Amino acid sequence: MARLLTLKNVDQESQIFSRRALVSMVSMGVLFGFLAYRIADLQLFQHEHFTTRSKENRVKILPLVPPRGLIFSRDGVLLAENMPSFSLEVIPEQAGDIDQLIVQISSIIGLSGDEIERFTREMKRKRSFEKVPLKYNLNEEEIARFSVNRYRFRGVNIATESIRQYPLGDQFAHIVGYVGRINEADERVIDQTNYSLTTHIGKTGVEKAYEPLLHGQVGYQQVEINAQGRIIQVLKRKPPISGKDIYLTVDTRLQNVATEALGENRGAVVAIDPNTGAVLALVSYPAYDPNWFVNGITAARFQELNESKARPLFNRALQGQYPPGSTLKPFMAVAARHFGVRAAHEQSWCPGWFSLEGGKHRYRCWYKAGHGGVDLARSIIESCDVYYYELAFELGIDRIHDYLEGFGLGKVTGVDLYGEAEGLLPSREWKLRTKDVAWYPGESLITGIGQGYMLTTPMQLASATATLSQHGKKVSPKIVGQIEDLLTSKVADRLTDLPEQTVIADEGDWQLVIQAMRDVVLGKRGTARKVGEGAFYEFAGKTGTSQVFGLKQEENDELDVLTDVPDHLRDHALFIAFAPVTNPGIALAVVVEHGGSGGRTAAPVARKVLDYYMKELH
Amino acid sequence: MDSSRYLLFKWHIDGPLLTGLLLLCTLGLVVLYSAADQQLDIVIRQLTRIGIGLFGMCLIAQVPMRTIIRWSPWIYGIGLLLLIAVMLMGSSGKGAQRWLDLKVIRFQPSELMKLAVPIAVAWYLNDKHAPPTFPNVLLILAMIAVPAFLIARQPDLGTAILIVTSGCFALFLAGLRWRLIGLSGILSMAAAPLLWYVMKDYQKQRVLTLLDPEKDPLGAGYHIIQSKIAVGSGGLFGKGLFNGTQSQLGFLPERTTDFIFAVFCEEFGFIGVIGLLTLYAFVILRCLYLATQSQGTFARLLSGSLALTFFIYVFVNIGMVSGLLPVVGVPLPLISYGGTSLVTLLIGFGLIMSAYTHRQLMSR
Repeated sequence: MARLLTLKNVDQESQIFSRRALVSMVSMGVLFGFLAYRIADLQLFQHEHFTTRSKENRVKILPLVPPRGLIFSRDGVLLAENMPSFSLEVIPEQAGDIDQLIVQISSIIGLSGDEIERFTREMKRKRSFEKVPLKYNLNEEEIARFSVNRYRFRGVNIATESIRQYPLGDQFAHIVGYVGRINEADERVIDQTNYSLTTHIGKTGVEKAYEPLLHGQVGYQQVEINAQGRIIQVLKRKPPISGKDIYLTVDTRLQNVATEALGENRGAVVAIDPNTGAVLALVSYPAYDPNWFVNGITAARFQELNESKARPLFNRALQGQYPPGSTLKPFMAVAARHFGVRAAHEQSWCPGWFSLEGGKHRYRCWYKAGHGGVDLARSIIESCDVYYYELAFELGIDRIHDYLEGFGLGKVTGVDLYGEAEGLLPSREWKLRTKDVAWYPGESLITGIGQGYMLTTPMQLASATATLSQHGKKVSPKIVGQIEDLLTSKVADRLTDLPEQTVIADEGDWQLVIQAMRDVVLGKRGTARKVGEGAFYEFAGKTGTSQVFGLKQEENDELDVLTDVPDHLRDHALFIAFAPVTNPGIALAVVVEHGGSGGRTAAPVARKVLDYYMKELH
Repeated sequence: MDSSRYLLFKWHIDGPLLTGLLLLCTLGLVVLYSAADQQLDIVIRQLTRIGIGLFGMCLIAQVPMRTIIRWSPWIYGIGLLLLIAVMLMGSSGKGAQRWLDLKVIRFQPSELMKLAVPIAVAWYLNDKHAPPTFPNVLLILAMIAVPAFLIARQPDLGTAILIVTSGCFALFLAGLRWRLIGLSGILSMAAAPLLWYVMKDYQKQRVLTLLDPEKDPLGAGYHIIQSKIAVGSGGLFGKGLFNGTQSQLGFLPERTTDFIFAVFCEEFGFIGVIGLLTLYAFVILRCLYLATQSQGTFARLLSGSLALTFFIYVFVNIGMVSGLLPVVGVPLPLISYGGTSLVTLLIGFGLIMSAYTHRQLMSR
């Protein structure tokens, strides 16, 4: 019995176990099915999603920065090139204690206060895994010193990049300009894709004006990376398209002559080929070394440049606005002939001053003794003010404004550089609009001798002179002559614009005025006859002296428009010229700030430039 | 009965089970070779462990159940003492205190407990009437809870869970009344919120990460996201051996150990997964079959609970890798790189074989 019971028990237990094992098997089957379903969900139903994410994981698109186009002068001298440069970069996330790092690096290669300040500033702007440059332009010794100690620094690397260099330095600073590191303001306007990994962008000059062409088109490579971000293999590659090479119209030799001719005088020289608008020389003195700006100028140096009274950053050739003074007279003379207010040989009487009928104020001629009887030619040769007071009075401001506009005065010439100033060609409408005051006849008089409200830039003046020399045919000035596409080696010539007749006058009148301008420098009585001495070619010119302060006039309003001029009381000296007289190849304008008389200080500068041009380049 | 089958039987080895295990181990070596960037030395090291494990398995298979029954209380007691020793003076690896440095070998007492707990439960129930009475159940629960608590404290949640389940499976197979099962189910559900307060921060983090891994894709969620990407991108046929970009390029963390299943999925695809699950199912079903055919409560309960624990290994690991369960350190049995759990598992299979192959001798 007991045995039976035990047996029964054993059987019962075995049965219980078997039942439970069965339950377990079924549950296990269900759970395995559940797992299989889960895996199927991931591998089959969501397969595409995870395939994409797997690809995103391992495949990265790396931009390839296009090499920036080079800039050459007309005579083939390299003005802006790309040089390899080494810099020290820090990844803050990996580097650990930044303050300590700076101290340690300082002890190895030395860091200036500016460098540390810029680093900390930039580090705050970036995310902690992004590279922040600590020191640029490492020299060989610094590279060696760091390399030896490299093992001590995690997250600090030497990076190679291409850095812009300007071999001619300050001589072309106001033309070529410079590139600088892309800042927050730049980031807002650039095409983020095309500028991926690009570090520099044109800030002024040709570098800025031709930024899209110089920069080129970004390329990319599709690479497979591992979890550490190291490149395993390149899957696809689209090479970048290099920026285009640019050839300026400026000739380094002429630029050099012009720079030396201007010497230590603050001022500007602009020389243009009147046939094509090609800018042959553009000098603004003083200048600065554009290389300072490429990797970020130090605060102290920038302050020095920016606050200097000489204003080296200011491009006088483009942005300097000066009253044209007597250089306006030939243009006024053409206007007078065109409207027929004066016959060529009709004489005015210059007693040394002029008064409006019923007016008490005497408008003085620079020649106090008076020129006596003056006809059109003599008015230019001897620069008689009274003759032009009369012309201006007879023409009236409206006709003066409308006609001179044809020479491009009072508006930008459209030269392919940034920041050109407009100058000012006053009109009745302008005065009412800006000052809410009617035009006074007296204001017409001083406008007639290029004073008063009137302002021109050296660029504008040179362009107007070119138009005059071409008998009213105008071409917009250009600083870039040719653009070379490296891929197709095609050269695009930009100097193909046909001159446009913008000023209409009789042929005889053009010749009359130009002949008078010739006599300014080559005639016996010319105001710049000294400058013409010994010239082996025929040229034409006109002197000008523009008052910094209209002390002799009563127009107080003038102070407003002149606030841009340094408060130094000496007059600016101006000179415009072109050569040769028939079929001219060069037209120029020279401004010497506070140079006093145009004939004495500005004209000799022009003569040197013309001499070189006629001897070597014509 | 041909000679080889006779020979196997004579040596107390179950042929089908051994075949299944060898297939799994071989497959494991292949996947490991791929996951370990084709470093042969790692594969050789794992092969050595498999050799040791198989040798241990065969050795244990020779020991009859009655000997095991005699040793049972000692095994459990020594295991418990070692656990306490670890708590007091163990060396730590990866921030957890699990190892006992015996100079010659580093020993993980929690591994011993994986066998000792089901042995102890089976031993206790061996001479009791089925189904177990309520006081016995309480006592057994205490026998499970003490080592589980010590191991969870190390902290090694994965092993603790495996130990609790192995003990509970023994109880379940012994015929624990459904009423009690239902009651404990309700109780544990009610206790779940309490568990939240007991869990350590990193454990809570793992649970939260499971619910929304994309919340911290580079931190806590990284493992699970990369794992799911590896699994999902494998597709139906897989990317091919050595071609899994997730594993070969290092995006998948812990790819030779806990996450090796993701490597398998990526390279072998859904077809491979079905094959692997089938193989696992075969091994488990074979074990359960052997258990039902074993004689004696002890033998059946031990074999059954070991078989079901093996299932839990597979389920938890795959659930974890596929983002169903939180990340607890449970390896994919017989495939993940690592020696201790492999040897323990194979010895467990040795016990199952012993339980089955010694039955005729007992009945005679």
